[in-house]
Amino acid sequence: MAFRARHLLGIEHLTQEDIRTVLDLADTYVDLNRRTVKHSDALAGMTQINMFFENSTRTQASFELAGKRLGADVMNMSMQTSSVKKGETLIDTAMTLNAMHPDLLVVRHGASGAVNLLAEKVNCAVLNAGDGKHEHPTQALLDALTIRRAKGRIQRLTVAICGDVAHSRVARSNLILLNKMENRIRLIGPPTLMPAGISEFGCEVSDDMREGLRDADVVMMLRLQKERMDGGFIPSEREYFHRYGLDAEKLSYAKEDAIVMHPGPMNRGVEIDGTIADDINRSVIQDQVEMGVAVRMACMDLLARNLRQERGRALTEGTYV
Amino acid sequence: MTLFLKNARLIDPEALTETKGNVVIDNGMIAAIGEMSAPADAEVIDCGGKCLAPGIVDLGVKIGEPGERHKESFRTAGLAAAAGGVTTVIARPDTLPAIDTPETLEFVTRRAAEAPVRILHMAALTKGREGREMTEIGFLRDTGAVAFTDCEAVTTSTKVLGRAMTYARSLGALVIGHPQEPGLSAGAAVTSGKFASLRGLPGVSPLAERMGFDRDMGLVEMTGVSYHADQVTCARTLPALERAKANGLDVTAGVSIHHLTLNEFDVGDYRTFFKMTPPLRSEEDRLAVTAAVESGLIDVICSMHTPADEESKRLPFEEAASGAVALETFLPAAMRLYHSGALSLPQLFRAMALNPAKRLGLPQGRLAEGAPADLVLFDPDAPFVLDRFTLHSKSKNTPFDGTRMEGKILATFVAGVQVYKNNTA
Repeated sequence: MAFRARHLLGIEHLTQEDIRTVLDLADTYVDLNRRTVKHSDALAGMTQINMFFENSTRTQASFELAGKRLGADVMNMSMQTSSVKKGETLIDTAMTLNAMHPDLLVVRHGASGAVNLLAEKVNCAVLNAGDGKHEHPTQALLDALTIRRAKGRIQRLTVAICGDVAHSRVARSNLILLNKMENRIRLIGPPTLMPAGISEFGCEVSDDMREGLRDADVVMMLRLQKERMDGGFIPSEREYFHRYGLDAEKLSYAKEDAIVMHPGPMNRGVEIDGTIADDINRSVIQDQVEMGVAVRMACMDLLARNLRQERGRALTEGTYV
Repeated sequence: MTLFLKNARLIDPEALTETKGNVVIDNGMIAAIGEMSAPADAEVIDCGGKCLAPGIVDLGVKIGEPGERHKESFRTAGLAAAAGGVTTVIARPDTLPAIDTPETLEFVTRRAAEAPVRILHMAALTKGREGREMTEIGFLRDTGAVAFTDCEAVTTSTKVLGRAMTYARSLGALVIGHPQEPGLSAGAAVTSGKFASLRGLPGVSPLAERMGFDRDMGLVEMTGVSYHADQVTCARTLPALERAKANGLDVTAGVSIHHLTLNEFDVGDYRTFFKMTPPLRSEEDRLAVTAAVESGLIDVICSMHTPADEESKRLPFEEAASGAVALETFLPAAMRLYHSGALSLPQLFRAMALNPAKRLGLPQGRLAEGAPADLVLFDPDAPFVLDRFTLHSKSKNTPFDGTRMEGKILATFVAGVQVYKNNTA
């Protein structure tokens, strides 16, 4: 079986085979989650700590639920109110938690690369729940699972990713994953919200929604952050909605059966029209939330298996990791 | 006392030649060069056919005094310089507080006596390097400041900078600028482009350097000041530099050894020891500036030695301190350019010794009769793996830790006195 990684820091380090392994296992957890008794013992006895240096409701809840359904002891640490405020460095915080012997550490941090740095210092498995503008791997995996279940495959699809690509870790992880799985990717948004050198990533870049959405199988909308709405990157909210907001007219350029995705939370009337978001024939936004729990269960299950194996080896070799 | 260095491969950056020969040192000066035999009373050192070159004149070294002595002192910087073949250190004024008064300059001049190599000081161009009021350029010059610079703190007010340049011009003082458009580079940690986007790090366009350079060239033309750009690191700045020189402006430019030997991808998985100011550039830029050193368009290679302690580097990339120690790895890193065929040894020493000395009006940097006997003896081919904890610098923030390098410094002489001898080579 694939997926031998110690940590899940980004999609960058995964192979096609790894991704399929996660998605296949996640499929079984979707079934489990739909039962009345939603319980497995995959993480029984293990300790999972959620460290969120940035505010998050849905991702943290999703990870918490995923851990609990797998039988782990889950602890949430809101880092905004903790010793970080007292000047403790990231590494010291990590070392302190490490001394409590967690098995899974779920980390979100505002600085790109912060989760990589932390992973170097601890003995447990680290899951990146979003670091700066770098990666958000479980979001890309849950998007992939959603697409695969809706479209029957996660290959040879035309996927349009629209909006604030520059500041989006979701876009980066999705771009890498969809590229690895051999899809055709279009990035659409105003040039001020496109990162430099993005065309070298093996995707098409467009600043015109209608042209970009033409014949797309999947339309992935990105959240526009409030602080970027006025003057700095785009002239105004209303001009943005006019040119880049997804409405029925623009969506009509995509394939008839194209699905609409959004990582949430949505700004209705800014990047997406409310009626599109609620259209059960097009929008899979609620499915994404459901797949999120399953995918996170799969990721933690796989990492826990690797961790047990590693520790088993270490015991026979006489070294503790 | 007379010293006779025999059987050396002599690197002459003026004539751009390599010849076999001997050197006679008398009273701290080079008395003779050639095929002569040892004077009767001379102490003889056999160079064993290894390279003898003028000691490196390093334009732009950060030393932690005053204010950050826990990162580097004059003593440790001096030992590192001696071990790296750097015989003249030109110290930067970006200290705490900045070297912006004759009193602080006198203090560092006194402290610098601890070092076994020559140390000369630059002073800030504006008070506190804040870009608001010019410093006492006249007094500072009288106290020994060899150039005036605010280092990476770019003066945003063109009016202030123009006045400071006009005043400096009247005293014949050299102004060293940092070509960068600060509005664009604020908050940037890497060069914008594919790598920055992949890592999700804030980037600055390489054109920000050109814009800063163009602005400074306008001011140089307006004021007639002598100007040196501390680091020109991008291909797209080079035509502007060429034009400025062709137009007869008194302009020279430097580049750090890191920008000649590393590129943006070396940052890899957020390795903060590779965070520099300006950030490492693309491979195309690296090749272009290397070619510019070869042609002489870029005059000076410097180390941009910048000590940083572990605490300031063990942080997420954006928050981590910028800069790397380089005094001891300067020459071995430069040997990469020699071994790759990009630059000859005389060309390297033209940029590392002769040109910086000339720019500052110093007699150093030459391998000629009558020049000061500041020399480095090195083996360009000796391989080693760098262990950063063997460095003499107090700070160990080198990007070359664990790297295979070639080029060992065997001995360093300042004014005819041996200040370093490699006991392991």
